[in-house]
Order: sequence, then structure tokens, then C-alpha cells
Amino acid sequence: MLSIYTRRRIINFFNLTASMLAMAFGLFWLAWILFTLVQKGLGGISIALFTQMTPPPGSAGGLLNAIAGSAVMATLATLIGTPIGIMAGTYLAEFGQRGWLAPTTRFINDILLSAPSIVIGLFIYTVYVAKVGHFSGWAGILALSLIVIPVVVRTTEDMLRLVPDSLREAAAALGAPQWKVVTLVTWRASKAGMVTGVLLAVARISGETAPLLFTALNNQFWSADMNKPMANLPVVIFQFAMSPYEDWQKLAWAGALLITIGVLGLNIAARIMFRKNSSLN
Amino acid sequence: MPHSQAKPPKVTVRDLNFYYGKFHALKNINLEIPEKQVTAFIGPSGCGKSTLLRTFNRMYQLYPGQEAKGEILMDGANILDKKQDLNILRAKMGMVFQKPTPFPMSIFDNVAFGVKLYDSLSRRELAERVEWALRKAALWDEVKDKLGQGGTSLSGGQQQRLCIARSIAVKPEVVLLDEPASALDPISTARIEELIFELKEDYTIAIVTHNMQQAARVSDYTAYMYLGELIEFGDTDTIFTTPKQKATEDYITGKFG
Repeated sequence: MLSIYTRRRIINFFNLTASMLAMAFGLFWLAWILFTLVQKGLGGISIALFTQMTPPPGSAGGLLNAIAGSAVMATLATLIGTPIGIMAGTYLAEFGQRGWLAPTTRFINDILLSAPSIVIGLFIYTVYVAKVGHFSGWAGILALSLIVIPVVVRTTEDMLRLVPDSLREAAAALGAPQWKVVTLVTWRASKAGMVTGVLLAVARISGETAPLLFTALNNQFWSADMNKPMANLPVVIFQFAMSPYEDWQKLAWAGALLITIGVLGLNIAARIMFRKNSSLN
Repeated sequence: MPHSQAKPPKVTVRDLNFYYGKFHALKNINLEIPEKQVTAFIGPSGCGKSTLLRTFNRMYQLYPGQEAKGEILMDGANILDKKQDLNILRAKMGMVFQKPTPFPMSIFDNVAFGVKLYDSLSRRELAERVEWALRKAALWDEVKDKLGQGGTSLSGGQQQRLCIARSIAVKPEVVLLDEPASALDPISTARIEELIFELKEDYTIAIVTHNMQQAARVSDYTAYMYLGELIEFGDTDTIFTTPKQKATEDYITGKFG
């Protein structure tokens, strides 16, 4: 007969081992993906990658137009989607306690959050691309911002709900009107979480291919005209990786590595930024 | 004895009833809180003392389903009236909570937060006001060299004094203290009690406390509450030595609660 203590130790050992194995299993695939990405992509990284346009098969070239297009579209989509997302999320967390509007909005937002991105691409195709008659950078931006909004709404609401009510009460008790309580106290208290939400959205749209296939499409050449089809990394990767040409495939791997490094860099930068400010939190 | 002089009431509660949804939490409360005195509310957990305090600045209105009926008069005006501006009321009724709640900003900004809402002061005047409030709260000497640091970097007792400084910086007329020392160690508690004693020179103070010795030490008047009713109210000396109600006596002598 085992003592209770010994039995607990055995159970503890067993559960701990199982957790470690589960973690190792998850990390294994992640590491493998990253390893393959670096292995296949590193060879394609060169100066030309950042200075030359996407080439026709068989000739040398880079990804400049796709990098620039992706950067512009992701930035503008974030700029459009973030304020809307933050304001809607703030409404849900801070102002929507009464009535049916907030629960309904939350429900629809959750649907939007899990909607396949291709549906969003098709939607923008129907309401915008088909109406104006051509693919364009703006259509891509619209599709991407529709992906940004639900992510930011959700994280903003979740982060604001983590702020204890006692903090809101303390601010209200000083005679602060609700909008000041929200902007000066609760936003500030959940700043790190809200920025993380935005970064999550940026990471998400940086790799989205499906919504861009129907909207921005692609462009072999340099174009700063947002009303024309626009090159972007995900669609270039998609087309080049599917192609039979080895030099295109190499560029596709390099592009995939670039997106990954970009998103990783953004996350690390944000963490460093918040570590510096953490004394005020 | 200071208690013998009758002070004019600052806050008068008349037939106050309070509901959390269907739950009747306060039953026909009638009470007068004298000006520039300390009034303590004691009673077992759940008796409604915090609820009563939270009707004075209408804190309950942050939450749907909570409702107060009756009258609470401050300087003759009913603060439960719909026409009463909520934010101005709260600027006049400062409140300090059980747990210290420093805002996620610097010590200086914590104190300046409420001041900036209602006064447009120059930088220098604001700095003077912040210093004044921190001195009043007996915190100045400890923080004067680190006003730019985050409010959460302070210890629990210091945080609570910061919250008191923040409340009085707005220059309220009444200060409501909701178990301000229950999360603090004995030394910090003693400092807060000294502070309460000094603050009553200028402010009307209402304090909710679990601790009967504390009520006896700091207050001029004491209200004993039980199950949403005000059982007995009077001068602290009388309540603690010769209470009229048996229930009060049982609670105070520790037979119950």
C-alpha cells in the first residue's frame, strides 16, 4: 500500500512528463518548419533580392516589388483596421454592458474572426473588384483590413476585461467621466496587451494569400499606383512555389523566410519596447 | 469633550433603500453624518456598510441592475436626484478603496489625475498641489525624489497613502474610506489612522471597517449595521460603552460576528 505522499509524487511525475512530451512534440514541428525555411530560404537571400523586381523564369531577379507591395498593403490595412478594431473592442468591454447591441456585435465578430480568409477575398472581389472592373492595391488593403478588424476587436476586448473593475471605480470616484476613465486609465493599463493584439493581426495579414488572390492579384513590375494590381509576397510565393522553375522556387523560399523574419522581428521589437516601459505599469 | 458639541450634518440619509437586482440590501436607512467628524460603519460581512458608502458617491451606478431609492442630502440637495451631475458629485465625495489602486502612471500623475479633471492649473500650481496632497497623506518625504516612478512600484501601505493623496488632491468635501487599512500591515494601518485623525480637521470622513478597535480609535460617531439595517447610531463612546441595543452590545463584545 503506497502512502498518499508517494502516490502523489508518482502522479506528479507522470503528469509532468506527459506535459513535457506534449511540449516537445509541438516544438519539434515548429523547429522543423523553421529549420527547413532557413535551410531552403537562406540561399536565396542576396542584395538582388531587395533591389530587383520579380523576374521572368530563367533570368535573375529579386522580390523588391513584392516586398514593397506587401509592406504598403500590410501597413495601410493595419492603419485602417486598428482604430476601428480598438474602438469597437473598447465599446464591447467598457460601454456595452446594457442592451442587445454588444452581445450581437461580439457574436458577429467571432464569426468574422473565424471566417476563412478566402471568403473575405471573394467578398471584396464581389463588392469592389467586380464593380470597378480591375484588381487593385486598394482592394487588397480592404480585404486585409477586414481581417485585421476582428482580431483587434477580440484582443482589445479581452485585454480590457483583464483590467480590474477596482481601477475603473477608483478613476470614476475622482469624478472622471467615463471616456477619460477609458482613455487615461484602462487603455493605459492594458496597453501592452492591446499592442500585442495589433501585432498578432499584422502577423496574420503578412502571410495571407487567399484574400489577395482575388483583390490585389500580383504585378510583375514596380507599381506605386494603388489602383493597379499590386505585387505582394504571399501571392508571389504561391505562384513561384507552384512553378516548375527552380530559380522561382528559390525566390519563393527566400520570400517565405523574409515574412517569417519580419513578423518575428516585429514581435521582438514590441517586447523590448514594453520591457523598457514596464516600470510605469 | 468634543462629542458634546452638536455639529451640523454634512450628509443626511432619509429612508434609503438599496437593491442589487431583487435583493434588498439596505432597508430604510436614516442617518446624519456630521460635518468634519469621523463616522465609522461597523457590522459583520454582508451587512451593507460598503453598499451604503457606495451610495454616497453613486458608485453603484457603474453596474446595471443596482438601484437606490430614498434621499441622500448633501448640503440640502438630494444627490440621488437624476439631475445631480455624477462626476461633480464624485469630485466632492472622495473615495478610497479596500485594495490600493494606483493608476498605471507615475506617482506625480497619479495625484495630478483628478486635479487636472476640474482645475486648470499652471505647471507650478499643479506641482504645488501634488506636493500639498502628498504631504497631507504623509507620503511626501518618502516619494519626493521619485515622483516620476510608477505608482505600482511603491509598497502596499505607500500605495494606499498615494490613493488617499489622490483623493484629497481634488479637494473633496467628504472622504469615504472603504476598509482602507484591511489589506495593510499594522504599521501602515497606524499611519493611516493618524492620517484620518488629521484629515478630519478639513474633511467630513465616513469609514467602513471590520476592525472594531479601529472604529473605536478613529471615529467620533459609530453606526452598527446588521443585515441591511441600521441597528444603532450614536457617538462612538456611547456605542462602545453603553449601547442601547442588545444586538450592538453582542457584536461589540464579540459574542457575535
